[in-house]
Amino acid sequence: MPLKCARRDPREEPLLLKMQNIAKVYRTDTVETHALREVDLVVDEGDLIAVAGRSGSGKTTLLNIAGLLETFDTGTYSLDGEDVSRLSDHARSRLRGEKIGFVFQGFNLIPELSVFDNVDVPLRYRGIRASERKERVHAMLETVGLAGRARHLPAQLSGGQQQRVAIARAMVGEPRFLLADEPTGNLDSETAEGVIELLAAMHARGTTIIIVTHDRSVAARASRVIEIADGRVSERDD
Amino acid sequence: MFAYYVRLALISMRKDAVISLLMVCAIALGIGACMAFVNISYVRGWDPIPHKSDTLFAVQLDNWSPHRPITADGRPPPQLTYLDATALMAARRAHRQAAMTGTNFVVLPHGENARPFDARGRATYADFFAMFDVPFLFGGAWDAAMDEGSEQVAVLSRQTNDRLFGGEDSIGRDVHLNGRVFRVHGVLAEYKPTPKFYDPNTGFNSAPADIFVPFALMASMRLSRSGNTSCWKPAGDGFDAFLASECVWIQFWAELRDAEEKQRYLAYLDNYVNDQKRLGRFERPLNNRLRDVNQWIDDHYEDEGVTLLVGVGVMFLLVCVLNTVGLLLAKFFAKAPEIGLRRALGASRRALFAQHMVEAGCVGAAGGALGVAATWLALRGISVLFNEDEVSEMLTFHGPIVAGAVALAIVSALAAGVYPTWRACNVPAASVVKTQ
Repeated sequence: MPLKCARRDPREEPLLLKMQNIAKVYRTDTVETHALREVDLVVDEGDLIAVAGRSGSGKTTLLNIAGLLETFDTGTYSLDGEDVSRLSDHARSRLRGEKIGFVFQGFNLIPELSVFDNVDVPLRYRGIRASERKERVHAMLETVGLAGRARHLPAQLSGGQQQRVAIARAMVGEPRFLLADEPTGNLDSETAEGVIELLAAMHARGTTIIIVTHDRSVAARASRVIEIADGRVSERDD
Repeated sequence: MFAYYVRLALISMRKDAVISLLMVCAIALGIGACMAFVNISYVRGWDPIPHKSDTLFAVQLDNWSPHRPITADGRPPPQLTYLDATALMAARRAHRQAAMTGTNFVVLPHGENARPFDARGRATYADFFAMFDVPFLFGGAWDAAMDEGSEQVAVLSRQTNDRLFGGEDSIGRDVHLNGRVFRVHGVLAEYKPTPKFYDPNTGFNSAPADIFVPFALMASMRLSRSGNTSCWKPAGDGFDAFLASECVWIQFWAELRDAEEKQRYLAYLDNYVNDQKRLGRFERPLNNRLRDVNQWIDDHYEDEGVTLLVGVGVMFLLVCVLNTVGLLLAKFFAKAPEIGLRRALGASRRALFAQHMVEAGCVGAAGGALGVAATWLALRGISVLFNEDEVSEMLTFHGPIVAGAVALAIVSALAAGVYPTWRACNVPAASVVKTQ
């Protein structure tokens, strides 16, 4: 029987994410790959959760399902009290835009757009007025220490700066939930530390964060550590 | 969001400049080929005299061989014999009527060093000018009394008057045509019916004649004919025999102001032909027709294959659009990681579809702009193949065609963009954000 990380007292913090018996299978004509099996996961408001596991264990699949980028085969998933399994693409996009921020290992900035325009992207899809968008983007760039680089292109920035732009982009919409997939994977240790500090600051401001990471120092800062092996999740008690 | 999408489209086009240029050129070439023929068709489809096109009728009588009709579909000849044209003119049963034919003149300008030049002539009746609302700059049409006489009067086009008299009022002055002296009776203002409906034989899109003279001079001066002459039996020898022959070479137009006048005139034509039958002519069944201006244009338009050319142009455009589909597929698939990223950042498929359709539309707009130039070039190319003066109006680029070229380019590009956009927007976001 697999360990499931659903230990919580419902009288404590309000629940943000709840997965029950989630399974995901990738199928080709000849191969079936069980990426996730019977996953139960609850995440409370304000959690900082590190997800660890070997390559191919299912970490990114879990993150994609949590971020509504991918569907699942069985189980139920509710985000902020809303059952997402039956939502239309449009509703999932709206929910993603309003409540979830993403930070990727490869930064995933759009190279042709300036720093300002990259950070502006999620706000565009939320239909926010131009003046408010401008205010928010500048404020967020100030927060990540890149106010003077608003007109730069991503290629004109260092790796650490690019990841800070990506964090600014993830946070500019003030999401309640930040999903980070190995955000320090492409950075040297000193730069990575700066990024971790920034994520910690976001967490301190009340954002719930799930970080997929191999970095023990990142895991050490987490309030909970979840391990995935062969698509099954378990929670470490350390 | 539209302005944002346009900005993103321009950025994307700049990023993939070569592939974007290829798409724009493909669309432009298709538009150029298609719209050049559409332009020609458009000009030919014009109503050249809209305020009275339903009261002007080309008269057709079927004097052709009893053994076979002149056309497979049984239409009567488009022109009349000299015998019939002059008989109908003499009867004067229509409100206005004019027989006419093309002719040629050698014009000798004034001055010692002046060199003679060729001019296109039209021999007709005074009613021609009133019936077709021909505008005059100086003077006017010759009097109806001069129609039957041998008075050598002429009406000049403005261009001919400019050439001979420097644009001055030349009324009453002499002009030397074919070695004879004519008196200028009128000078036309700008007159360019498009198409030149009253005589398709001398070029539907050619300019009107340089010089107009009374029809009676065709016989008295034995002027040469310019246009088509069709005979179903030998004309005989000599000019007089030709005039008395069954050869058709004269256009005949009548102005009939209402249905009653038209009915009466048709009855008159039937009576006339029946009378001629009694004289041994008109051996075919009664087949008299009155075709109004637009029917007349349609009759002759079909013969000239412009519809087929438009079809070829549209097919070429389709090939170009298919090429654009391929290029857009390649371009949008290359953008799959960005599309996945935007989905992760909150964009719905609908929003991404709109964004990429706007990009396709921008390619179309650029293709349309270049397509206008390509259309102009194509029309210039056609002018090299034909006598430019004779097809000048056909080769003039008209406003609605310019707007139509741009609109068609955008629609074509949007059509080309639907499938690539749909495919790109359906790439699973999760599969591309990790790999970007």
